[in-house]
Amino acid sequence: MEAQQPETPRPIPRPIEEVESVVIRFCGDSGDGMQLTGTEFTKAAALARNDLSTMPDFPAEIRAPAGTLAGVSGFQLHFSSQEVFTPGDQPDVLVAMNPAALRTNLMDLRQGGILFINTGAFSAKNLEMAGYKTNPVEDGSLDKYRTYKIDINKLVHLALADTGMSTKDIGRCKNYWALGLMFWMYNRPVEKEEESIREKFAKRPDLAAANIKAFRSGFNYGETAEIFNGSFAVRAAAVEPGLYRNITGNSATAIGLVVASRLAEVPLFLGGYPITPASDILHELSTYRHLGVTTFQAEDEIAGIGSALGAAYGGAIGVTSSSGPGIALKGEAMGLALAMELPLIIINVQRGGPSTGLPTKTEQSDLLQALYGRNGEAPIPVLAAMTPADCFYAAIEAVKVAIKYMTPVLLLTDGYLANSAEPWLLPRFDSLPKFKTHFRTDPEGYQVYGRDPATLARAWVKPGTPGLEHRIGGIEKHELTGNISYDPANHHKMTKTRAAKVAGVAQDAGELLITGETQGDLLVVGWGSTYGAITQATMAMQGQGRKVSSVHLRWLNPLHPKLGELIKGFKGVLVPGMYNGQLVRVLRAEYLVDAEGLNKIEGKPFKVSELCAAIDASIKRVN
Amino acid sequence: MAMNDGNGLPVVTPALTRNDFVSDHDVRWCPGCGDSAILAQVQKVMPELGVPREKIVFLSGIGCSSRFPYYMNTYGFHGIHGRAPAIATGLKVARPDLMVWVVTGDGDGLSIGGNHLIHALRRNIGLKIMMFNNRIYGLTKGQYSPTSELGKKTKSTPLGSLDRPFSPISVALGAEATFVARSVDTSVTHLQQLVRRAAEHQGTAFLEIYQNCNVFNDEAFVHLTEKTVKADRQLMLEHGKPLLFGANNSKGIRMGANFTPQVVEVGDGPGKVPLSEITVHDETVENPAYAFMLSRLDYPDFPVPMGVYRSVKRPAYEALISEQGAAAQAKRPPQADEMDKLLRSGDTWTIAKPGQG
Repeated sequence: MEAQQPETPRPIPRPIEEVESVVIRFCGDSGDGMQLTGTEFTKAAALARNDLSTMPDFPAEIRAPAGTLAGVSGFQLHFSSQEVFTPGDQPDVLVAMNPAALRTNLMDLRQGGILFINTGAFSAKNLEMAGYKTNPVEDGSLDKYRTYKIDINKLVHLALADTGMSTKDIGRCKNYWALGLMFWMYNRPVEKEEESIREKFAKRPDLAAANIKAFRSGFNYGETAEIFNGSFAVRAAAVEPGLYRNITGNSATAIGLVVASRLAEVPLFLGGYPITPASDILHELSTYRHLGVTTFQAEDEIAGIGSALGAAYGGAIGVTSSSGPGIALKGEAMGLALAMELPLIIINVQRGGPSTGLPTKTEQSDLLQALYGRNGEAPIPVLAAMTPADCFYAAIEAVKVAIKYMTPVLLLTDGYLANSAEPWLLPRFDSLPKFKTHFRTDPEGYQVYGRDPATLARAWVKPGTPGLEHRIGGIEKHELTGNISYDPANHHKMTKTRAAKVAGVAQDAGELLITGETQGDLLVVGWGSTYGAITQATMAMQGQGRKVSSVHLRWLNPLHPKLGELIKGFKGVLVPGMYNGQLVRVLRAEYLVDAEGLNKIEGKPFKVSELCAAIDASIKRVN
Repeated sequence: MAMNDGNGLPVVTPALTRNDFVSDHDVRWCPGCGDSAILAQVQKVMPELGVPREKIVFLSGIGCSSRFPYYMNTYGFHGIHGRAPAIATGLKVARPDLMVWVVTGDGDGLSIGGNHLIHALRRNIGLKIMMFNNRIYGLTKGQYSPTSELGKKTKSTPLGSLDRPFSPISVALGAEATFVARSVDTSVTHLQQLVRRAAEHQGTAFLEIYQNCNVFNDEAFVHLTEKTVKADRQLMLEHGKPLLFGANNSKGIRMGANFTPQVVEVGDGPGKVPLSEITVHDETVENPAYAFMLSRLDYPDFPVPMGVYRSVKRPAYEALISEQGAAAQAKRPPQADEMDKLLRSGDTWTIAKPGQG
């Protein structure tokens, strides 16, 4: 194949096929820049007003050797002219930059899917590192796909031969070459991207020029090389107009906390300990010191929550962020927070368990830990975010409830939400409702455990307030004075009161999030990051005439007051989750309903197709 | 009275008395407990500090000593076992204006909470930590503690304990604590002095107090505190003064080869060592090795040092955090639309209304 001169494209008229949606995955070695390629392609899709969802897949190893299976990095994008809820079950298009990437990703490509291979990276050494006995490019094993074998290495070198750049530096431009080819393939305008490259490399105009050249060369290759039958177009979706950014769940959580602290006009303190996949919340908040945020990397998980509780006692919004193993260590301090009735936010970015489990994989298996994992009668409101951008709103809601009810709140996200991204229609700060934070300063009639009758919350008093000096702790307290009390009737009453207070959070639960009718054959009940897949599957099955609806729970404790009534309107209840059946137990216990679980414990999100099949089977069973 | 608010800033408050610091909780320690003696001295010193009562917080973990906050008429926080330094750290970082005291014991502070203690000390966070060391678990009714002597027979070690004890002072110095001192529950004046010194220190102050548990480990320190032996078995540390002890200060500590301390008779004449050879105590030595050497002096080979082992100046952690925050704000001053800028950070794009894009 000859290199094409970027300046002299020779367009050959070929058909443009319109498709509804595309799932594309870029994969290569960690050093191949696939995350950048993915993000840039995502931006182009967003500008074309496609609806979309993305999922990066980083290697677990910190610096896996180049060319190895462990070093493969991937980025999946689902873009569509219809509403998109997930990053997609199976890629329609796979771009594999080396043998290791091909080997680890090919099994996900759908039958007959489009495969781009950078044959230039298929050296004997790389093939061996990827564990190939024969070269898949030559042995016919890729025949069931629409395979395009392109020596991107060579084409990039030819395109940039006259730049005087080193071989190594030229090699680094191949991700932009691949991006250029995909721009041609999906008919994206190149001008904005070239502008973006110029901005990105503003300090190195030489690199900007080289990358633009590589990008154009890839684009022109598609335009002129007679190996493609045609290109594709995905129409604009009915996307709401406005200002957008792409956001991951962890980033949305961090920003949500900062914004919540401004809405409450109370300073934010995060005490945390590094743990995958929650550390990015600590990292991001630590960059917001100029916004008045205080972050504290503690000596361990217990000190993380301990310091957050100490800050809350001092009148700050105390937050601690962690994942399952860390949450297990924080259990006693959560009990202390709820006994002292201080606001505190505990974030669990769930990962596969038990024990160390699967640190980089996603799971929802800490639900029962969140609901029940403390000694004694220890109810805590539990809130779960549904999508990456929803983490922003969930963080604000958690802070609001914690302050309003003077209680610790557990916010559940997971590894999938944490690292996936979606376009987020940005709210304006002044459009977000402020919430009232009241610190009591009046000594007149002060009872340490006196309560607001509407919320059962006690007053928040900052040390330093004259005349309100008091002493409290984890020992059971008298229902009014807060002094130590071992009185049996008092303990009974305090236990009931704490439970009633948390149950009262239902006042703030909002409307149930129902997709479909409130009666039918099957109700699918979900929570957390399964929202996208469940909603898409439900809508797909509704489209096939099935009487199925879904409801997605934001609050896991307390459960929504109208959930029981909703469940009664259906013949069957299906409860999918990434664990061995947890919510289904809660629903059975709470509503005496013969709900069935659909459990997936593979460290991976549900596919829409899996859910469709399960919904189909369940409906057959109940009819 | 003008003194300081816990951060060296002068404040003026109406004169308070000891009674102002007595809370309405009934003191429930066993009659004769050393904790009560310590409480009395702390309540006596508090009014002298000139810090408004509402600016003082006593924080504790779990154990007999950890009931202390209930009895102080200040803000009080009775936490969970071993975690008081962690909780107090969050409080002090969030509220540097408060004077924060941590009350702990040998079990709470050195066993279950040992990790938090050393990290608080290493950070030099502005906490005043009082460790009541009675060398036993009292609240759980008599198990050996991390400071119990080797071979101690207790409910959980009927055949004798097998683990060597910590010296709390050595641990604190190992963590490079900036203020390290020791006193005894019954040494009224000495204890008051050291509580005052701890109150005045910037950064973490660590005060070990030998405390008698008259129920589960009675007379644990009587070999040091008995009037007839006290002079020979305690070494009263005084900054700038030679390390002398014994009746009429007849004995002293001299540095031998390899930084090994020796007990010597002081004076002129055969077998005696001139005063000029006796080590002069300096609590401000930057290198903690000297104070660590002192912390290894123990009965019966040596007199046990009492007083301030080490007191050095180093910025307090909460001050450093505040400075860092202020510097970050100076670099990026507050703006009216900073929340909207935060929301829009990163790549953004605009989707125009249909027909306009």
